[in-house]
Amino acid sequence: MTTAISGIELANQIKASFAEAVLEGDERAVILRSEYLTQVASFLKTTPGLEFDYLSHVTAVDYLDYFEVIYHITSLAHNHSAVIKVKTPDRDNPEVPSVASVWCGANLQEREVYDLMGVTFLEHPNLKRVLLWEGFPGHPLRKDFLTLEGKSPWQTIEPLEEGHHVL
Amino acid sequence: MEIEKAAALSTAEIHHHEGELINSLIERSRQPFSDDIDWLERELRRNILVTSVDKVLNWGRRSSVWPVSFGLACCAIEMISTAVSRFDIARFGMELFRASPRQADLMIVSGTVTWKMAPIVRRVYDQMPEPKWVLAMGVCAIRGGPFTDSYSVVPGVNRILPVDVYVPGCPPRPEALLYGLMKLQEKIDKESIVVRG
Ligand code: SF4
Repeated sequence: MTTAISGIELANQIKASFAEAVLEGDERAVILRSEYLTQVASFLKTTPGLEFDYLSHVTAVDYLDYFEVIYHITSLAHNHSAVIKVKTPDRDNPEVPSVASVWCGANLQEREVYDLMGVTFLEHPNLKRVLLWEGFPGHPLRKDFLTLEGKSPWQTIEPLEEGHHVL
Repeated sequence: MEIEKAAALSTAEIHHHEGELINSLIERSRQPFSDDIDWLERELRRNILVTSVDKVLNWGRRSSVWPVSFGLACCAIEMISTAVSRFDIARFGMELFRASPRQADLMIVSGTVTWKMAPIVRRVYDQMPEPKWVLAMGVCAIRGGPFTDSYSVVPGVNRILPVDVYVPGCPPRPEALLYGLMKLQEKIDKESIVVRG
């Protein structure tokens, strides 16, 4: 297991170089301003003592008003890991800078987030769908997505009749 | 021919074509193929003159149903274990899993069919020569299974091709698959060169 670095500690280190970049930092994660993301990413990758050289995971969450993109980063040299997050400005305009220039592994993972959640990564080298086919209507992991039958996947579970229980 | 055409296209064009193909298939598959369930009474409609011909022909067909090697998801593992010595599908003359659909008579749809895979499944079916049969193995192939409301899974393989035998289970045990195959043999036995179902 890697040691998790507290977001508060990491936020302080980032603030020392980029005073504006951190929105907030708590135990679990650092939330960054999206315009600083690429700079902070290369800072995290190259600073001695941090050296987060491996991006293990990129994912996104739909909070209805905005999306949040989450990066799990790991340092193979120091065996520690951390979580950084950025928020999109709003729901209609979900844009976040790409970190594919810093961590090459972000290329496919950002495409997957774009495919399923519809977040656009600015300056991504090849932003196309990766799992679904071209011409698929919409982005299926969004909360307001409707299935091919026009149903919402979040509401299709029908209430059980009284007296019936799910084990 | 198609391969030559594709080679001249750029990656973006190939992806575009693939998307169009899948979307048109979804459009065409709103309704499932109806099941051919009247075979149980087909005996009654037989022409007396050809019964012995039928008998020999059906004996030949049912005793050497060669499935196409084709597995899609977890159910495929169960299908493979049906083929090995413990359950031994060879007892039914089906030990030859053909690598080419052109030499196969039976397609065991073992597993989840996604819309992205659906055109290929349909193509394999189209490449099989007549007479051909389809067995839907597992709830995924029957009705989409746990993924029936999903955006990417075909809700039942009978949306894209006609199915002869359904074997429920998640996954069905090899015994269940063998039972389904025996049912298929019963069905083949009732076919006639006059009334082909
Ligand atoms: S029916 Fe069950 S075992 Fe078979 S493919 Fe579907 S999920 Fe897997």
